[in-house]
Amino acid sequence: MPIAAVLLPAGAGALAFLLRSTPARRALLVLTAVLHTAIVGSWWLARPAPVLGEWIGVDALGLIVITIASVLFLVASIYAVGYLAREGEGVRPDFFERGRLFANEPEAVFIGALLFFLAAMSLTAVAHHFGLVWVAIEATTLTSAPLLYFHRHERSLEATWKYLVIGSVGIAVALLGTFFLAAAALTGGVTGTALVESYTRLAGLLNAGWLKAAFIAFLVGYGTKVGLAPMHTWLPDAHSEAPSVVSALLSGALLNTAFLGILRLLQVMTAAGLGDYARELLLLFGFTSMAVAAAFIVAQRDYKRMLAYSSVEHMGIIATGVAMGGAGVFGAMLHEVNHSVAKALLFLVAGNILGAYQTKEVGDVRGLKRRLPISGALWFAGFLAITGTPPFGAFLSEFTILRAAIEGGRWLVTAWYLGLLGVVFVGMAAVFIGMTQGPSAHPREREAWLAVLPSAVLAVIALTLGVYVPGALAAVAHEAARSIGGA
Amino acid sequence: MIDQRFLVDTAAGLLVLSSLAMLATSRIATGIRLVAIQGLLLGAIAFLDGHEGVTMRSIALGGGTVLLKSALFPWLLSRAQHEARVQQEPDPFVSYPFSLAGGVTALGVAVWLSDRVTLTPDIDALVVAVGLFTTFAGLLLLVTRRIALGQVLGYIVLENGIATFGLAVAEQQPLLVELGVLLDVFVAVFVMGIAIVHINHEFDHIEVDQLSALRD
Repeated sequence: MPIAAVLLPAGAGALAFLLRSTPARRALLVLTAVLHTAIVGSWWLARPAPVLGEWIGVDALGLIVITIASVLFLVASIYAVGYLAREGEGVRPDFFERGRLFANEPEAVFIGALLFFLAAMSLTAVAHHFGLVWVAIEATTLTSAPLLYFHRHERSLEATWKYLVIGSVGIAVALLGTFFLAAAALTGGVTGTALVESYTRLAGLLNAGWLKAAFIAFLVGYGTKVGLAPMHTWLPDAHSEAPSVVSALLSGALLNTAFLGILRLLQVMTAAGLGDYARELLLLFGFTSMAVAAAFIVAQRDYKRMLAYSSVEHMGIIATGVAMGGAGVFGAMLHEVNHSVAKALLFLVAGNILGAYQTKEVGDVRGLKRRLPISGALWFAGFLAITGTPPFGAFLSEFTILRAAIEGGRWLVTAWYLGLLGVVFVGMAAVFIGMTQGPSAHPREREAWLAVLPSAVLAVIALTLGVYVPGALAAVAHEAARSIGGA
Repeated sequence: MIDQRFLVDTAAGLLVLSSLAMLATSRIATGIRLVAIQGLLLGAIAFLDGHEGVTMRSIALGGGTVLLKSALFPWLLSRAQHEARVQQEPDPFVSYPFSLAGGVTALGVAVWLSDRVTLTPDIDALVVAVGLFTTFAGLLLLVTRRIALGQVLGYIVLENGIATFGLAVAEQQPLLVELGVLLDVFVAVFVMGIAIVHINHEFDHIEVDQLSALRD
C-alpha cells in the first residue's frame, strides 16, 4: 500500500513523543527508517496500485524522490544515533556560541520531528492531487523547523525564523498557483477534482492563460523551497546552521521533494502543449541559480555555507537539465540521485569536522587527513563526487545534460553551463585542498564508526553510480523523464 | 430574501477596508483585532459562496475558518504580544501614508487584473479582485514591517487573500484538502508564535531586521 510509507513514520513520530526511554526512542528511529526503506524498496519490484481514488499512488517521478529520501533517511538515522549520543540534552559546559552557553532541544522533540518530516516528504512523493501536494510540502516546512532549532542559540533561531517565514510565504504563492490551476480548469469547462492524471488527460481543455499563471506561481512558490535563485536567500542560513545530519536531509532529500511540486505541473503543461513555455522559464531560473551559487562559492569562508550554495547550484543544474528536454531530462533525473548522495555524504562528514575543530571557518581547518584520516578521505571523495569528477556518478548525469545542450544546438547554454561548472570546481578545490592538506596542530583522533560508516556507504554508492547505472534505475529515470517531456 | 451574492460582495468589500486599515495602523492590538474581523468575513464568504446552498461542506469550512482565524489566531497572537510586551511597530521601513498609498495602488492593479483574466459567469469577479488585492496587501505588510509579530500578521492577511481567491474559483476542491490547508496554516502560525517567544527570550526584542548575524 503506498500510504504505508506515510503512516509508518507518522505513527512512529507520535510514539517518539510518548516513549520515556532514550535507547528505545533511538531504536525506534532506526527501525522505522529500515522498515521505510524496505517498503519503498519493494515498490521497485512491484508498484502498488493507487488508493483513495487515485489520490495516492506511486509513479516514476515520485518513486525516484521517495527512494532518495528513504535511503538518505536510513543512513542519516544511523549517523544520528552516534550524533545524539555525543550531543546529549540540556546545557553542557562545552557548548558555546559567541561566548554564550546554549542547550539542545529535548531529544524526543528532535526524533519525533525527524519522523514526521519523513512522513511529510513521503506524502509529497505519493500525492497525486495538487491540493494534497501543497498540504504535504507545507508540512515538510513545519516539521523541519524544530530540526533546525536543535541547537538553541541565536544563530540557529535566526535561521529558523527566516526558513519559516520565507518558506511559508513561498508556499503560500504556490497555493495561489494551485487555485490558478483550479481557475484554468473551471474556465476550460473541466469538472472533477484536481488530480495530476485527470488534468494531464484533459490538458487540452484547460485555459492556457490561467495555466501559464499557475506555472509561474508554482515556479516562484515551490522554487523558494527548492532554493532556486533569487528566492534562495534563506537556504544558506538554514542548511549551514542546522545540525549536519539535518542539513544532509534538507539538501539531499527535501530539495528534490519540493522540486517534485513543480514537476507535477510540468506534467500537465507538457500535455497541454505548453512545455516549451515552461522549459524556458525553468532555464531562466536554472541559469540564475548556477550563477548566483558560483559567485558565493568562490571565496566562501564557511564550509557548511559553501555546501549550501552548492545545493543551489545543483538545483540550477537539474532545472537546466529539465529545460533541455530530451535526454537532458533523463540526465536531470539521474542528477537528483547523484547530487543527493554526494551532498548528504559531504554534510555528514562536515558534522565530524565541526565536532573535532569546533569551527565552520575554512581557514581554521588544516591537516584534516592527519587529524581525522577517514573523514579527511571521505571529505575529499565527496569533493570529487559533487564537482562531477569522473568516475563519480555526478559526472555521468552532468555530462548527459551537457550533451543534450550540445545536440540541441544550445550554444549559449553550453558555454554558460561549462563555464560555471568550471568556476565552481576551482572555487571548491581551493577550499577542500586547503582543509585536507597541511600540518595538523592536533594528533590523530579516533573516529567513531557510527560517524564515518554512513558517509562511507554513500561514497561507495556515488562511485558505483559513476561506473554502472542499474537497469532498473535507468528505466525508472527514463519513464519519469517521458512524463515531463523528456526521453 | 436578500440575494446571496449581495451578502458575499458586502463581506468582500469589508475585507478590502480591513486590509487597508491594517496597512495604516501601527498598533499591534488593532492589527490582531482586524485579523479577527477578516476571519469572520472569510468564514461568511465560505459559508455563503457555495452554489448549492447550505451544505455540510459550507458549514464545516465556514465554521472551521471562523474558529481558527477569528478565535484561535487572535488568541495565539495576543499571547505572543503579551509575552514580548510590544504595543506597536517601532518604525516601519515605509511610512504609513506610503504603505496606504501602496495598498490603494494594489487595489487598482487587482481590479484591473480581475477584469482582464478569463472568468466564467459562475465566478464572482469582485471576489477574485478582492482575493488578489488582499494577497498583495499581505505581501506589502510582510515586506514593510520590522517586528516578527507584524510579519506574522502580514502572513495571515496574505493567506486570507489566497483563501478568498480560492473560494471564488475552486468550488470543486474537496473538503479534505480545504481542511488540510486550514490545518497547515494553523500549525504555521502556531510554530511562528513559538518562534517569536523564543526570539524574545533570546534577544530581548522581536525586531527581525536586527536578526542579521547570518550573511556572506
